[in-house]
Amino acid sequence: MAKIITVTSGKGGVGKTTTSASISTGLARRGHKTVVIDFDVGLRNLDLIMNCERRVVYDFVNVIQGEATLNQALIRDKRVNSLYILPASQTREKEALTFEGVEKVLNELSETFDYIVCDSPAGIEHGALMALYFADAAVVTTNPEVSSVRDSDRILGILQSKSRRAEKGLDPVEEYLLLTRYNPDRVERGEMLSVEDVSDILAIPLLGVIPESQIVLNASNQGLPVILEDESDAGQAYDDAVARLEGEEREFRFLKADKKGFLARVFGG
Amino acid sequence: MPDADALQTMPCFQLKGANVPLTALELRYFEVEAFEETLRDKIRQAPGFFRDIPLVVDLSRYKGPSSELDFFQLIGICRRHSMHVVAVRGGDEDQQRLARNASLALLPASSRPESPAGPDQETASQDTPSPEPTAEAARPVEQEQTVPAESRLITQPVRSGQQIYAPDGDLIILAPVQAGAEVLAAGNIHVYGPLRGRALAGVHGRHTARVFCQSLEAELVSIAGHYKISEDLQEKGWKAPAQIQLKENVLAVSPLA
Ligand SMILES: Nc1ncnc2c1ncn2[C@@H]1O[C@H](COP(=O)(O)OP(=O)(O)OP(=O)(O)O)[C@@H](O)[C@H]1O
Ligand SMILES: [Mg+2]
Repeated sequence: MAKIITVTSGKGGVGKTTTSASISTGLARRGHKTVVIDFDVGLRNLDLIMNCERRVVYDFVNVIQGEATLNQALIRDKRVNSLYILPASQTREKEALTFEGVEKVLNELSETFDYIVCDSPAGIEHGALMALYFADAAVVTTNPEVSSVRDSDRILGILQSKSRRAEKGLDPVEEYLLLTRYNPDRVERGEMLSVEDVSDILAIPLLGVIPESQIVLNASNQGLPVILEDESDAGQAYDDAVARLEGEEREFRFLKADKKGFLARVFGG
Repeated sequence: MPDADALQTMPCFQLKGANVPLTALELRYFEVEAFEETLRDKIRQAPGFFRDIPLVVDLSRYKGPSSELDFFQLIGICRRHSMHVVAVRGGDEDQQRLARNASLALLPASSRPESPAGPDQETASQDTPSPEPTAEAARPVEQEQTVPAESRLITQPVRSGQQIYAPDGDLIILAPVQAGAEVLAAGNIHVYGPLRGRALAGVHGRHTARVFCQSLEAELVSIAGHYKISEDLQEKGWKAPAQIQLKENVLAVSPLA
């Protein structure tokens, strides 16, 4: 039985796809057979970040509509063993993700995988609801700003009422806050909400804080999940988050602005 | 296509008894502008509450002339505000004929008087028909409480976009009420956490209802239809433990020691 982890947010552009790529890569790197599914039908971003866009032959919708088998559609990652990608269709309508179709695919994947990571589209429409319905755990990706926090809150409400677990009266979906694009300098200047502010409002466990970093952009452009940039702040922060997802305790890093003065930085003081 | 044999043995539909809660709109007189104004005002107090609800127009207290009872206008105004008039209740023969012309269903008059004001989610029950329209005089605002009212206990945060309603009694929430969330109760509302959304106590018109919260950060607080929005609430007790009550028709905030 696979654990289904949905990366969701409500608000667009907060870093869901970046997070899905890194979390799935991180889980696979820790030895778990993992598949990451792109639910963003019509946009298709995940395969770019995973650098497999040229290997897409069949997609999620083809499988749902019986035009291809799962084995034909799954793309094996070239860097990390036991990581697979199920890409979204670029041409179909969002409604092609039928409830029965999604359920069937997830059930089939569940038989052989340890983790299924679902990259949700933005919003609270059909695609997003499909991505979160079957979730066992949700990584609520949030930027430190009021509108993103509000949308995350909305998504948490939907998880509590409209998920499979809620409808069937099972244990509730595990909810985790992942704060991304965190910029301690701007927090200190009062231009962004702090970790404390956001955790306080959303009142769910904190999975990680990913600093805002140019490295994330560079990595995405090269088709590299940033967690594989082992030396970078953002890569390490994602690695911590994956470890916490598996119950490991790790101290939170990269929360404070660099206090060192210019000279200290230059001379490595 | 289901095959023809199966179709013949299977009836197209089945009728079942149903007892659904409906909101009654007790009409005293009908005047287009006043009606729409009042409707708007009600909706402003509890926006989510009225969305897409079925309405029954109750004519038992209708005092205006039947000639002014333009159901087509009334239905149109309600629809503009996303409410759907499905039937009338009570009324005399003339009024019922007008209703029938407007394709509304006719329900027997209510046998018991209702409490006035507010989003009164009461059941227009069809299982106790009473042929005679009651002509009871107006009742006092507060109905006597002979049985302890049902209170409702919520232990999870009430999130943005969610709405929680205690139609008969108090609402007790052991978690935050988030910005963009709405909580409503016939009685008091207790929030053991920050109140960041909208809280409407005494929605059936109970003036003695109160709102308590551990931190007042609300978008709106209303008691028996009298309300204050965030801007006006910030003057006193903001972000502190507070209770809000109605004093001479004005909301008063006082600290919770
Ligand atoms: N920690 C970060 N630091 C800097 N840039 C980031 C960070 N995380 C994400 N980004 C950038 O933000 C943009 C949006 O990220 P991403 O596509 O992952 O968001 P999304 O939530 O999936 O968007 P959508 O809602 O459109 O699906 C991308 O350009 C990405 O590189
Ligand atoms: Mg995305």
